This record gives sequence, structure tokens and C-alpha cells, in this order.
Amino acid sequence: MKVERIKEILDAEILAGKEHLDIEITSACGSDLMSDVLAFVKDQALLLTGLVNSQVIRTAEMMDIRAIVFVRGKVPDKELIDLANQKEMVLLTTKHPMYIACGLLYSSGLTCGGEG
Amino acid sequence: MMISLHYEVDGQDFALAGEASSNVKKVLKQLGVKPDIIRRVAIAMYEGEMNMVIHANGGIADVEITPSKIVIIMQDTGPGIEDIELAMKEGYSTAPDAIREMGFGAGMGLPNIKKYTDQLQIISEVGKGTRLEMTIFVK
Repeated sequence: MKVERIKEILDAEILAGKEHLDIEITSACGSDLMSDVLAFVKDQALLLTGLVNSQVIRTAEMMDIRAIVFVRGKVPDKELIDLANQKEMVLLTTKHPMYIACGLLYSSGLTCGGEG
Repeated sequence: MMISLHYEVDGQDFALAGEASSNVKKVLKQLGVKPDIIRRVAIAMYEGEMNMVIHANGGIADVEITPSKIVIIMQDTGPGIEDIELAMKEGYSTAPDAIREMGFGAGMGLPNIKKYTDQLQIISEVGKGTRLEMTIFVK
């Protein structure tokens, strides 16, 4: 599933990386615990989170995650957006809460998550 | 061939934590190391860096890269780990609430480091500090 499609499903706004909407996503991880994200290894993964500090970008960088969705309408500060641009990541924000956002993506076919 | 990298990890700035791991990741990429090896090194070192920022007011990191392995040595002069076996347990953490609110301190740091490295040696003395030596073999 392309990031473009994820943006449509979640009715999300683009905060960074609008030139990278064709990135292909094959799995997703929804968490506010970055250490749990760091235990999750999947290729071409999407991160959904309610956290908006710079360590979200760092965590994604270490994991080779290139697309992040902030849930519950959260918008990070400019510093974080700049860091994401520097790392060529896509940042989206959706009004949906975590549970609904994950559910919408799952029921649209993005069903790969977790370990194994 | 051996490449040695040295970093000082600032313990005061939570926002900057991860800079050293980010840099190592870049170097390994330039050297053409396989992506899955790079990811394991980056995650293990990043968790180590976060630990030093959260618990030990920073420290130093040395990375040695050879064609056969990558060794990361992280040393701090923090409070030390009282019970290493307990600290290795998933979910056990002594991190303060402020750190938890930022998405860390879930008690996954050392377990994650162990998970992503081939060898892990921890030497720690209460009141003196902690030394982590992580080895990842390049297959």
C-alpha cells in the first residue's frame, strides 16, 4: 500500500515529505513506546504514534521506517518536522485516535504487524 | 582494515540523543555494509545511547569496524546497575516518569540490545559506572 493511499484512508494531512508519497508500505506498528517499536523489525513499515518528540524520528531512522502518522490530530514542532525532512521521511497527521487509525488501515488490507 | 569512531554522548539534551548512532549508521551505509546488519548495530547503539542519557548523564562510545565484526563499547560514570540479571528482564526499569512520558523507560533497552547483538558483555559497579561491549558479526 502506498503512503498516498494511507493518507486517503486516514483523511490525513501531510506535514513533511510530500514528494515521497509513492513509498510502498507493507507493515505497520502502532505504539507510544519507542522501546517497543525498537523491538519490532519489519521492512517498509509505517509507524503510528501519539508521541511528538524528536526521539520518534530517531527511532524511525534506526528502524529504516520512512513514514510516520501522528494520531489524535497531533502536530509536532518545526524542529521535528525539519529533522524528518532531513531524513527524507513522510510525516502525516490524522484526527483519528490510535485505535481507529489502526483499524481503518487494517480493514483496508494493511494487515502485517508485530513480530514473526 | 579497521575504522575507529569515537563519540561523546551529551547527557543533558534528550533531543540530541541518537546523534552518535545516526552517524554510525551513515558510515556503515557508506562502507556498503548489509542493511540488516546496519539496522542491528543502529538499534543496539541507540538503546545504549538512550540508556546513558536517561541514567548516567551521558558517556562515551567507541565503535570499531572491521570486515568481520563491529564492536561498540559504551562507557559511563553513572550510578551503575545494581542487579544486571534484573535489568536484563523485559519490562524492568528504573527510569523516571518524565522519561516514560517521552516513550522510553519501558524496560526494553538492555533486552533489545541483547536481541540485536551477537555478543554482549556488561560490566557495572554501583556508584562507579557501566561498560557495555556489544559485538555484531558481519556475515
